[in-house]
Amino acid sequence: MNTDALKELLYKIADDQLILGHRNSEWTGVGPLLEEDIAFSSMAQDKVGQSYQLYQMLHQMGEQEPDTVAFMRNANQFHNSQFVELPVGEYDFSLIRHFLFDHAELIRFSMLSQSSYEPLAQLARKIKGELKYHVMHANSIIKQLGNATEESISRLQKSLEGALPYALGLFEPSPFEEALKEGGIFEGETALQAKWEESIRKIVEQTALQLPDLKTLTPVYGGRSGVHTEHLQPLLDEMAEVFRVDPTAEW
Amino acid sequence: MPVLTEATVREWLEEVKDPEIPVLSLNDLGVITGIEVLGHSHVQVQMTPTFVGCPAMDYMKMEVEQALQKRGIQQAEVTISFETPWSSDLISERGRAALKQFGLAPPPKQALIEDLDFLEHVECPNCGSTETQMKSPFGPTLCRSIHYCSHCKETFEQFKPL
Ligand SMILES: [Zn+2]
Repeated sequence: MNTDALKELLYKIADDQLILGHRNSEWTGVGPLLEEDIAFSSMAQDKVGQSYQLYQMLHQMGEQEPDTVAFMRNANQFHNSQFVELPVGEYDFSLIRHFLFDHAELIRFSMLSQSSYEPLAQLARKIKGELKYHVMHANSIIKQLGNATEESISRLQKSLEGALPYALGLFEPSPFEEALKEGGIFEGETALQAKWEESIRKIVEQTALQLPDLKTLTPVYGGRSGVHTEHLQPLLDEMAEVFRVDPTAEW
Repeated sequence: MPVLTEATVREWLEEVKDPEIPVLSLNDLGVITGIEVLGHSHVQVQMTPTFVGCPAMDYMKMEVEQALQKRGIQQAEVTISFETPWSSDLISERGRAALKQFGLAPPPKQALIEDLDFLEHVECPNCGSTETQMKSPFGPTLCRSIHYCSHCKETFEQFKPL
């Protein structure tokens, strides 16, 4: 098995989950409705918890402790897509990101549940079941607001158009695509992207929103190799603030 | 001294309850996925979380260790594993009854779940009506969803199927 390929895959997935989990948690206490507040907090809790299990898997492969990995790295050592580090913005942007991201994640983990690396396949089967709820939530709100008022539709449309190039960055090809495929570890970003397009299209078609022609968009790449926006480092500093005071403290 | 068996250990663990639902034992919740007796004072227990991010997991693990230590087990080893992933189908019949008694709708069996609409028309634990709607798949804890009953006009929670 190609360990470098596997580690690269695990890091990017875990980092996406951790960073978006923390972004989602920024809605705690300030969501537009109590139910949305709870939903974003719950999804944050799920994602951070899932990222920890992935870091735990990396730890078993010789990487540092999950807490060290989560809190002691700098921005250029993170492999998350730039999409997840963008500020929460207005609620419509967070919602669109949640929709675009979770469709990709659910498909990714469904694919990984068939992975030849058994510990990953086991965890993926579990995470897949949890992510169904995230997608269910996203779909129901997008369908509601995407058919509601002129204002809600135009706001979502604008957020959708702004978010899509970043969302396409989720599928930035890895230098290990071939190794992952050959080893049966993961089918690859291209296959994932194709399934994702079909999956989001099905929902967008049930709304008044228009999905732009994705081929005309330029994906925002870089995140997977440590190139980030100016928004990531301040978020990491905030996350690590408590931890760095005493890294040995038990939480 | 009688030989320590897996069944005895399982019985001991009956006293350990879900911290969020005190009428439900971890046995009935289905999170104890393996027990191995390795010696008269050496027991290994395998546990799996209901939800990966379940914040109560460390606490439950500690409670299991303590329950074993209390019975004189010096080497009580509890490991978290995803080998047998938790599913709501692992909740025992007794556990389902306990949930209902606690006011939570028990999860539907996985075999009955066709698609993502399965959270609609959950049976209301107060009046038994199925004229209910899901308000949110996310409730006060990761394992609960929120529903509204049109019949008795009450909001209720369901233990989510997974
Ligand atoms: Zn009722």
